[in-house]
Amino acid sequence: MKVPFEKLDKAFENRLRLQIMSVLMVNDRYDFNSLKELLDTTDGNLASHLKALEKEEYIVVHKAFLGRKPNTTYESTEKGKKVFRMHLDALEQLIKQQKSN
Amino acid sequence: MEEKEIKDELASIRGLMERSSKFISLSGLSGILAGVYALIGAWLAHHILYSFTPELSTFPTDNNEPVTGLFYGGTYRMLEWQLIFIAFAVLLLSVLTGIILSYRKAKRKGQPIWGKASQSLLFYMATPLVTGGLLIIIFILRGHYSVVAPASLIFYGLSLVGASNFTFTMVKYLGLLEIVLGLITACLPGYGLLFWAIGFGVLHIVYGSMMYFKYDR
Repeated sequence: MKVPFEKLDKAFENRLRLQIMSVLMVNDRYDFNSLKELLDTTDGNLASHLKALEKEEYIVVHKAFLGRKPNTTYESTEKGKKVFRMHLDALEQLIKQQKSN
Repeated sequence: MEEKEIKDELASIRGLMERSSKFISLSGLSGILAGVYALIGAWLAHHILYSFTPELSTFPTDNNEPVTGLFYGGTYRMLEWQLIFIAFAVLLLSVLTGIILSYRKAKRKGQPIWGKASQSLLFYMATPLVTGGLLIIIFILRGHYSVVAPASLIFYGLSLVGASNFTFTMVKYLGLLEIVLGLITACLPGYGLLFWAIGFGVLHIVYGSMMYFKYDR
């Protein structure tokens, strides 16, 4: 039995990272505070996982100012979208294999 | 990874994709109520319009030669303002009901009311609505009353189609129907009030109840 575990991206092992990516798949840009509210997480936790995704070049960060307040938005890259889709495909295959066993 | 785990993962992804991009707190009940207000408004307008009879009077014309005939005279202005007042009352009540009921639904389901999705929804709805509203006011001021019914239906339909990307897909079909209805109204002058009542009254009640039974409970 060949399990496509190697196709599952290590970067997505953490659930929060996977959730961040799914939000950025369907929205052009999403800002930090909205993400925090949507995913119901803390500043530090969210920031560290965003950093990790940025390091993998799965997302890009846009820093801007709304008046005086900093407004940081995030956008998924083509690379990020591609690996996310591959990761979903791999998950799907895992389910299929487990059903046929 | 266990199958259960993977399934949870996939469900959470699907849920987030929808929640982050769509405003799903839109209340179906508010659609029903908006339809009811519109029908009451249309009935009132009908009542005012058809209980109103022109009076025999003399009216000065451009070349200062008074003519005698059936004229609406001074009371015609009154009528105009009454109709505009009804239209705005219906609009205001509908918007207020929509906001209050959606707010309550969002609270009950623990969804954010003022997020990315609702902001996009408002922006894409407001653009055609404000454009259409201003255009209609301009036409009213210039005396072209016949465009009011078709234009309000068409621009409202356009705003729904634009907004449907950010909420239930059903809204798109309601929008398309409003546009078709508006175009038909434009071909049939004199039936504006009837089509207006169908578009804003009946269709809202139908779609509002569909949304209510599908998503509200």
